[in-house]
Amino acid sequence: MKKILFALATTAAVLGFSAAASAQEKVKVCFVYVGSKTDGGWTQAHDIGRLELEKAFGDKIETQFLENVPEGPDAERAIERLARSGCGLIFTTSFGFMDATVKIAAKFPDVKFEHATGYKTAPNLATYNSRFYEGRYIQGQIAAKMSQKGVAGYIASFPIPEVVMGINSFVTGARTINPDFKIKVVWANTWFDPGKEADAAKALIDQGVDILTQHTDTTAPMQVAAERGIKAFGQASDMIKAGPKTQLTAIVDTWGAYYIKRTQAFIDGKWETTSSWDGLKDGILTMAPYTNMPDDVKAMAEATEAKIRSGELKPFTGPLKKQDGSEWLKAGESADDGTLLGMNFYVEGVDDKLPK
Amino acid sequence: MGIFEAILLTVITAATPLVLAAVGELVTERSGVLNLGVEGMMVMGAACAFVATQMTGSPYVGILAGIASGALFSLLFGFLTLTLVANQVATGLALTILGLGVSGMIGEAYVGQSGIKLSQIVFPVLSDIPFLGSLLFKQDLIFYLSIAVVAGVHFFLFRSRAGLKLRSVGDNHASAHALGINVIRMRYLAVMFGGACAGLAGAQLSLVYTPQWVENMSAGRGWIALALVVFASWRPWRVVAGGYLFGAVSISQLHAQAFGIGIPSQFLSALPYLATIFVLILISHNRRTTLINTPASLGKPFVPDR
Repeated sequence: MKKILFALATTAAVLGFSAAASAQEKVKVCFVYVGSKTDGGWTQAHDIGRLELEKAFGDKIETQFLENVPEGPDAERAIERLARSGCGLIFTTSFGFMDATVKIAAKFPDVKFEHATGYKTAPNLATYNSRFYEGRYIQGQIAAKMSQKGVAGYIASFPIPEVVMGINSFVTGARTINPDFKIKVVWANTWFDPGKEADAAKALIDQGVDILTQHTDTTAPMQVAAERGIKAFGQASDMIKAGPKTQLTAIVDTWGAYYIKRTQAFIDGKWETTSSWDGLKDGILTMAPYTNMPDDVKAMAEATEAKIRSGELKPFTGPLKKQDGSEWLKAGESADDGTLLGMNFYVEGVDDKLPK
Repeated sequence: MGIFEAILLTVITAATPLVLAAVGELVTERSGVLNLGVEGMMVMGAACAFVATQMTGSPYVGILAGIASGALFSLLFGFLTLTLVANQVATGLALTILGLGVSGMIGEAYVGQSGIKLSQIVFPVLSDIPFLGSLLFKQDLIFYLSIAVVAGVHFFLFRSRAGLKLRSVGDNHASAHALGINVIRMRYLAVMFGGACAGLAGAQLSLVYTPQWVENMSAGRGWIALALVVFASWRPWRVVAGGYLFGAVSISQLHAQAFGIGIPSQFLSALPYLATIFVLILISHNRRTTLINTPASLGKPFVPDR
């Protein structure tokens, strides 16, 4: 009996060893998702990026993902599991995974980690983010052209710099077209609650906004806008299916190019710690087709997009005032990245008091 | 349409699923069973109603699917806690987690599809009454059902013999058993009624509130329904009052924000819950009335001696 057990154990060990050996030949790229890969928004955009990565490298790499990983202590275990299972490069795709990623990265110096939208780095931990606000500037301009009342509604999630930056960029863009343009902001205090997002949309529409934009994850606001016959912007993924006659455009997160670039660097042995914050010109975000608008508005939106791509136009360029009327940026002066990443004030034209 | 009317319409949509799920759970708890799986049954109802509607093109088939899925799912809870006498709290929590997972699997192929919204049923003359007409007589079937179910439950519990039996099972299952009432069968039926109501509430979410399917779309409404039952001190019409109060506070805080009054949004978001706690304090102030209404055998397992 002992002999049989011993034989089994040896076989298992040999098999395990050979599996590990083949894993080393093939680069394994792993992903940690906060939501389900079919959420229609944030996580789906990352998963599309993963599929593009698989397509680009074919047999040379292998990908693996864990979905619905809650932020907090569970995330640590999930990331550690991936690191132990032979992943060479691990992407953790939510802000709330930051500390867990830092901790596991310190434990596995030979594994490379990349954390989305965070700000903590290490020799084997890079960060990456996208300049979503560039898209919001274009949306603001479109809103100012399309709105008859000069008021847009904005469904926001949490008062963090990322979201405040989006609101400010939207207003700044809108005010280049209509200097009196205003927005009403409703904080849903959630990323994900279709019912609450729909309620917020209804409240804004009942109070007279005729354009809707959102920084929450589901298509519920788009549906309400469609039902009430006003126009709206999509978020994170193209939401045209929820409002074929409603969506003007959407900010679409396209992480694929970044994942391909970083995996290539990893295979070539040239991977380095970076803090990447790319924008429209790098293709990390794209604008969904400009629809449901007259040709001249479409032409304007395309022109603005081209200018941002070429670097000719920076959304946050003076003269710009803060909400209280004090000067923020002088004429011609552009905001630096540090200010943007820590943004905790509104610009002029926001009809709301920023929650602290 | 005035702004006040618009606000009330939104409140009705927000309150209907809470009222339905809560009144179902109320019947379950009146029979002495505590089913914490409301959230899971609700989200199952939402998924099944949406999938059935997309497959057949008829939201009414969807409603039936929602009710049936909720009832069937609760049967699992019934089997575990009533037949196998498993712990009710743990089984209820497991039911919620299971429901969230299974509903995600059922609905996976339907994520992102735009659903068919349940149409309104307009009562001819009545709907022309100014103000009240469009609020009360120009609604969808599920709203009418929610009111009918509450009225029916009230009648059943306090005006019918079967209701008296159900309450006696919830108050003292040993005595009820000694009187020859089949405690386990009664509880099975009450659990399934609760499941059916939660499933119908879920159908309201994916057919009326937001006609789409996304994972975990009930977003905690099942838990609010559970709190509402206590809030209502196990009286059906108080569930309606509580549900609409909760809906009214959560909708008006959104309006207050859009209106631009300078109150922190985090505080406004917490208001509905603060209101609930406040009323709970008021109710529990008078211990005697609370005790009269609380089912005395709530959560206690029953094993027939023969």
